[in-house]
Amino acid sequence: MKDYDDKAIHELDLTAVKIRKHVIEMLFRAESGHPGGSLSAVDALVALYFNHMNYNPKKPCDPERDRFILSKGHAAPALYAVLAESGFFDVKKLKKIREINCMLQGHPACLYTPGVEASTGSLGHGLSFANGVALAGRLDKKDYNVYVMMGDGETGEGQIWEAAAVAAHYRLDNITAMIDRNFLQIDGNTEDVLRLESVRDRWSSFGWYVIEINGHDIREILRALRDADAHQKQPSMIILHTIKGKGVSFMENNVDFHGVPPNEMEYKLAMEELDLAQKKLEVAV
Amino acid sequence: MVNPRNAYGEALIRLGKKYKNLVVLDADLSKSTKTAMFAKEYPERFFEMGIAEANMISTAAGLASCGKIPFVSTFAVFATGRVYDQIRMDVAYSEANVKIFATHGGISVGKDGASHQMIEDLGLMRVLPNMIVMAPSDATQTGRIVELMAASKGPMYARVGRANAPLIYEKKDLQDIKIGKGMVVKNGSDVSIIACGTMVEPALEAQKTLKKDGISARVIDMHTIKPLDEKLVIKCAKETNAIITAEEHSIIGGLGAAVAELIAENNLSTKFVRMGIKDVFCESGDPTELLEKYELNEKHIVKNAKKLLN
Ligand SMILES: Cc1ncc(C[n+]2csc(CCOP(=O)(O)OP(=O)(O)O)c2C)c(N)n1
Ligand SMILES: [Mg+2]
Repeated sequence: MKDYDDKAIHELDLTAVKIRKHVIEMLFRAESGHPGGSLSAVDALVALYFNHMNYNPKKPCDPERDRFILSKGHAAPALYAVLAESGFFDVKKLKKIREINCMLQGHPACLYTPGVEASTGSLGHGLSFANGVALAGRLDKKDYNVYVMMGDGETGEGQIWEAAAVAAHYRLDNITAMIDRNFLQIDGNTEDVLRLESVRDRWSSFGWYVIEINGHDIREILRALRDADAHQKQPSMIILHTIKGKGVSFMENNVDFHGVPPNEMEYKLAMEELDLAQKKLEVAV
Repeated sequence: MVNPRNAYGEALIRLGKKYKNLVVLDADLSKSTKTAMFAKEYPERFFEMGIAEANMISTAAGLASCGKIPFVSTFAVFATGRVYDQIRMDVAYSEANVKIFATHGGISVGKDGASHQMIEDLGLMRVLPNMIVMAPSDATQTGRIVELMAASKGPMYARVGRANAPLIYEKKDLQDIKIGKGMVVKNGSDVSIIACGTMVEPALEAQKTLKKDGISARVIDMHTIKPLDEKLVIKCAKETNAIITAEEHSIIGGLGAAVAELIAENNLSTKFVRMGIKDVFCESGDPTELLEKYELNEKHIVKNAKKLLN
């Protein structure tokens, strides 16, 4: 199979910056929300929605579509920005996130927003939901794939391990799960809060096919997605090594920006940084 | 005597034929819940989920999102309390077409004790927006309600007990069984006994005893706790002098609570008592002895009726 050409990857990198700008803008306007986990998830979301997944934004309920489930629902701003930019709804709507009478709830809500597959926000549900979608796909002999993104801290939830066992037991190879491995949750480093290592060994011992990559390298993400899709008889797990708050220097690896939005000064600084990143990329064309 | 659980299993088989998109999930209790009957007939549409109830509920929601009609079964205690958050988010909030059918509700589960005697499920489910909550009484009604669950969209919870139960209804009654409609099983003018599930039968027995003592009791089978048949309750409050609710459930949160709320908000002046488990955990024991100790049988319905009318 052909590898991804530089031009395509460059485009996606630019898109990722654009999405990060939306995220900062949304959080600033809403005066609430979760910057760290939204920013660390952006590159994988961009790879999925702007290249890898098969869907038609005009037919959000198309039975043949690939599905993406954001199990770590607090990264909703990143998902919303990606959905808007891929045509599920007007980008102008992003401004209203978390306002009353708005289609964009604080956490993803499937009855409110086209393109949102599952209502999340209570951590730990998404992989189980994906199991259901995958089982239905198998029954109906459809060849769509189901993608799920979890937080690393989220995998402390017992339900995730129920779901991991079931997906492996049923050999749900139409599932590709991802862990946003940014090593931070709310109370600190994941290894201090509740040790997760070895994440790879845990998942492979549950019967999963595990791929470990740099979660900010879109080419690597796309290759991993391809690899995961092609892998048979086992569900796939892509461990995305990421940086919480990626793209905004003072948010990076900063646990304080898990659930605190930027203030006005921070907002300006963040936007300057992202504008600069965008310019650099544009010049590099 | 027929077991409502068997009626569930049989209904699933009938419905499996009618709805090719009906699927069933169980958590290592398929022999008890009778989903094993479906599994035998339609193995490809039965999913054994293991002892992993939280995953089972969310998986059912995923299946529903792809147009399946998932019936999910386990004991009432695990089907609600254990998985409340999953039901809340993935089923109720998402209006998923998931049908939770629980068995072993109430204290007549008996010797397994309080760990297995679910007396809070109706309350837990009733407080959830979008959720329909039912407790059918006999096998005939159970079979019909399962059919109606499959035929109508949206989140639903139904529970039956563990034990065999006498048949209350016949084939000709099937058409009168409708979700959200209470059934007047016996008409009467002095007191209304509004019961659900396993308490309908003792209510009918109590009606006979009361009749001998010159008291005319009306017996309502309120198989749907939510949405409550408000019209019927108001009618009972106006036409009879007292209302008794009876359920194998805590007096908090279930049928009695729903009726009490309605009575209070409509300024209905009626004598009223809730029969149920009085805010305690029960214990192991023979079901008949338990129901006597916790004052939930025919004898105690009669006693309460007389006390109210005095
Ligand atoms: C069941 C549940 N418990 C707690 C929370 C509160 N909460 C929101 S985000 C979060 C930390 C998540 O950390 P992680 O999964 O590592 O996400 P990320 O680092 O990608 O933001 C917590 C505890 C929740 N949303 N759901
Ligand atoms: Mg994390």
